[in-house]
Amino acid sequence: MAQTVSRVSTPPPVRSEPRVKLPWPLSIYQTAVGKKWVMGLTGVALLGFIVVHMIGNLHLYEGPLEIHEYAETLRDLGTKIVPRTWLLWAMRIGLIAAFGLHIHSAYSLSRMSWAADQRYPGGRNYIAANFASRTMRWTGPIIGLYLFYHLADLTWGWFNPDFVRGDPYHNVSESLGSIPVAILYIVANTALAVHIFHGTWSMFQSLGVNSPRYNHLRRYLAGGLAGIILVGNLSFPIFVQAGVIDDNGRSIVEELQQHEAAEGEES
Amino acid sequence: MSSEINLTLQVWRQPGPQAEGRFVTYEAKGISTDASFLEMLDIVNERLIENGEEPIVFESDCREGICGTCGLMINGQAHGPQKSTATCQLHMRSFSDGDHIVIEPWRATSFPVLRDLAVDRRAMDAIIASGGYISVNTGAAPDANLTPVPKETADTAFDAAACIGCGACVAACPNSAAQLFTAAKVQHLNLLPQGQAQRWARTEAMVETMEEFFGSCTNHGECEEACPKDIPIDFIAWTNRDYIKAKVKNRKLAG
Repeated sequence: MAQTVSRVSTPPPVRSEPRVKLPWPLSIYQTAVGKKWVMGLTGVALLGFIVVHMIGNLHLYEGPLEIHEYAETLRDLGTKIVPRTWLLWAMRIGLIAAFGLHIHSAYSLSRMSWAADQRYPGGRNYIAANFASRTMRWTGPIIGLYLFYHLADLTWGWFNPDFVRGDPYHNVSESLGSIPVAILYIVANTALAVHIFHGTWSMFQSLGVNSPRYNHLRRYLAGGLAGIILVGNLSFPIFVQAGVIDDNGRSIVEELQQHEAAEGEES
Repeated sequence: MSSEINLTLQVWRQPGPQAEGRFVTYEAKGISTDASFLEMLDIVNERLIENGEEPIVFESDCREGICGTCGLMINGQAHGPQKSTATCQLHMRSFSDGDHIVIEPWRATSFPVLRDLAVDRRAMDAIIASGGYISVNTGAAPDANLTPVPKETADTAFDAAACIGCGACVAACPNSAAQLFTAAKVQHLNLLPQGQAQRWARTEAMVETMEEFFGSCTNHGECEEACPKDIPIDFIAWTNRDYIKAKVKNRKLAG
């Protein structure tokens, strides 16, 4: 674009050109603003999942059979069009991709910022930055590690000797019945809420959704979403510990399935 | 009400770009509260020269808050404790007798220290050179009001154009991102009719030059607080949106 101005002599660039120039639209992801945009979009997708997941888990309060029904309904989604669990798997693959991109863009942008920033030996004051915005690079990895534990615990059943596939009520009450696990869930879900508090606000900036008429609502939305998710998710370990969710070590779903199998043999 | 205060300064001294820097403590006694921060440094320098010592190097020009030349990190805050004020317009009445003041240069990898408190800000010039202008036919000045501009548009563009390019946004940013500077310089032209012809080329070029030298914005909002011209971070959001649009539009134009 510069017709009359030649390149200004500058200190050496902090960031070098990408080694391989990807074709459009992947080339957008090779820029920092493009990565922020992807981080915002994947953030919306992940946030949507977190809200739906929390609301769905409230079926725990209805009882073991109801949450089992809910879990089966998720597997049955779209069965009139595609084979069973296909739609669920499509959503899972989408979420895994979004999670991967969210992490990669965060890692790559953090490295860029670390290269560009220099410390102040005399210290730098924070005036506008809040606890949530300053701890994004801590709460993020905490959530990642927790997610792995959470899947291993309640989806794959690695850490639960009493794990019964397809009985969420039983598995949750067994797992969260242990005090260290309950504490882990409480800490990790607090980190998640803190992450969401800054992320929800920040995504409007990154995606360029900004209108002075509605800007003041962004903080309320971020606080409200983080608060709802915090209360909902913390209620599970707390109510398991309080004994509200407790199946006394019996898996009602397992008993039901055995009963049905026995009936099937008889007839 | 003018009075005199005694201060202890802890000033970053660095003889050259490659040299090792360190803090040196100076006593600044009998400073008038009517003096500006830079005048206080002038007084300290006069005393240093009288004692045969090297004066503290710092940059300044207009001393009325419109040129963007001055800029110091004062007690961990870019341009010091007073909001919406450049270092030159900060007065010693903002401090109390016996205060301890830490004075540092802007710090970012692309703002290398030249000497003491002076840093090289040419990376910001590179951003401007890559698109921070409009191209017009030379000749007689066009008639006034030839291009109609709505009042609201003019006001908003002027809010962005208030940027003096001091670099406080970079200095205050924990990521050393130059997003606020770049956004202000992009938007004051992108908002106006005169800036439309080169809008998408400008946005892409300036953002990508910025990314070569500075970090990535994480929306802390520190820049907005540090800005002596109160430029809001809304301009950053608009520039992010323009940038993605530019990536689509410029591709179409390239065929």
